[in-house]
Amino acid sequence: MSDERVSVSFTVNGAPYDLQLPARRLLSDALRHDLRLTGTHVGCEHGVCGACTVLVDGAAMRSCLLFAVSLDGAAITTVEGCRSADGGMGPVQQAFHDCHALQCGFCTPGFITTITAYLRDHPAPTREEAREAISGNLCRCTGYVNIVSALQRAAELLARGEASTERTARSAAPSEAPDRAAAPEPSGASRLPPGPSTDAAAQPGSSADVSSGAPASAAGEVS
Amino acid sequence: MKPPPFTYHRPRDLDEALDTLAALGEEGKVLAGGQSLVPLMSMRLAAPAHLVDINHVPGLGRIEVGADVVRVGALARHSEVARHDEAYDAVPLLRQALLQVAHPTIRNRGTSVGSLVHGDPAAEMPAVLRLLDGTVTLRSVDGTREVDAESFFTGPMETALRPGELAVAASFRRPPAGGGTAFVEVARRQGDYAMCGVGAVVTREHGAVTGGRVALISVGAGPVLVDLTDAVDADTVDDDRARELVDAAIEPEDDIHASADYRRHLAHVLVRRAVDQARRVA
Repeated sequence: MSDERVSVSFTVNGAPYDLQLPARRLLSDALRHDLRLTGTHVGCEHGVCGACTVLVDGAAMRSCLLFAVSLDGAAITTVEGCRSADGGMGPVQQAFHDCHALQCGFCTPGFITTITAYLRDHPAPTREEAREAISGNLCRCTGYVNIVSALQRAAELLARGEASTERTARSAAPSEAPDRAAAPEPSGASRLPPGPSTDAAAQPGSSADVSSGAPASAAGEVS
Repeated sequence: MKPPPFTYHRPRDLDEALDTLAALGEEGKVLAGGQSLVPLMSMRLAAPAHLVDINHVPGLGRIEVGADVVRVGALARHSEVARHDEAYDAVPLLRQALLQVAHPTIRNRGTSVGSLVHGDPAAEMPAVLRLLDGTVTLRSVDGTREVDAESFFTGPMETALRPGELAVAASFRRPPAGGGTAFVEVARRQGDYAMCGVGAVVTREHGAVTGGRVALISVGAGPVLVDLTDAVDADTVDDDRARELVDAAIEPEDDIHASADYRRHLAHVLVRRAVDQARRVA
């Protein structure tokens, strides 16, 4: 059967893309192959391991269980979009660093995205809740103990506003910003923006994973 | 692990979706959440020639709480139904069961109606529909029909859905007032398919338990409904009688995860547990 191409438009970490993709292209492959955003890792490719987790309109989903063409109009955030506005580590990434929550690092992008979304709705999880929050992500190195610690550490960092001050300030209404330091608790849930819109500025200039900040017209079909 | 090629259709309204499905007939397959369909395609266990993506059809994501039923639209994600407070107040079993459906990341995309149409004997939502005497609303260019849960599930991964039809909603009936519900299951890991799971509805009159029904998953060709009213006497549920009733209804099988005997054992334990929990909240 022919692999005819289908038009699809979405944003990834705030950058808009208009693509022509084969219908069967998984989002995980579209991100890695077509957009060269190789931060998203592909483990099991059938929805079991959680390594490929990204945020779609703010909600954590497995990119290997989504057809890219089905996401017309969506706002996608990958692990590249979880860094801080200055291009340094975002709060969840910083927490993983602080707590030594990774060894080989293959599963880490899925944990970062999953935890980023989770903490938005659950700003102060217990260890028990933290374990449940990451139950859909497999890690074969760490034994999870340090990942649970990192999740709680990230919650602390977010509550303090460290490492996220800048992106928060840009994403929230300006008038809210001064209140945050004084009253971290109520604003904790909104500390991370629901979508990736604040990451647009970080993307084009960053060297890590993006071959071009300009909207790509998709590179070719692989097969 | 790449899905086979297919022709993609992205209807922008319901009429276009129904026209497309009518034109495709047996060749057309609906893509909603895709959390079962996409991995099946990736593993090449399914290779539909055409996918009709309903994710861009407006109006299919509604959750409506009525006097008698909670009506869940085809695009309502599991997580949206589970979060819906009004739906929970009306039919607590929805949230009780949904929180055991896979992991949050799957529930964020997967749809409750899609789970019904998929008809997996290990899935929770078919058991909930069966237990609450629910119906599925099927639409096609020829019209609309309501199919009750008992007729809808026709076998493992098989339902009464006909080619050209779209399941636009499912309606879950409120359990009788004063009753209680629960959903319990045992899986090898949190979020895995249950080796056995049980939903229960307990009814009460004047404070005393007068009846009970359970629906079991992973121990038959579909959700297995068992009426336990015969085992209820003067506010107590006779465990031995309940066990006999359950044994007569289930047909557990061996597989890599559990033996048939173990599943039978789980069925007994979980029925007792589900009924106890449902009594407590009743």
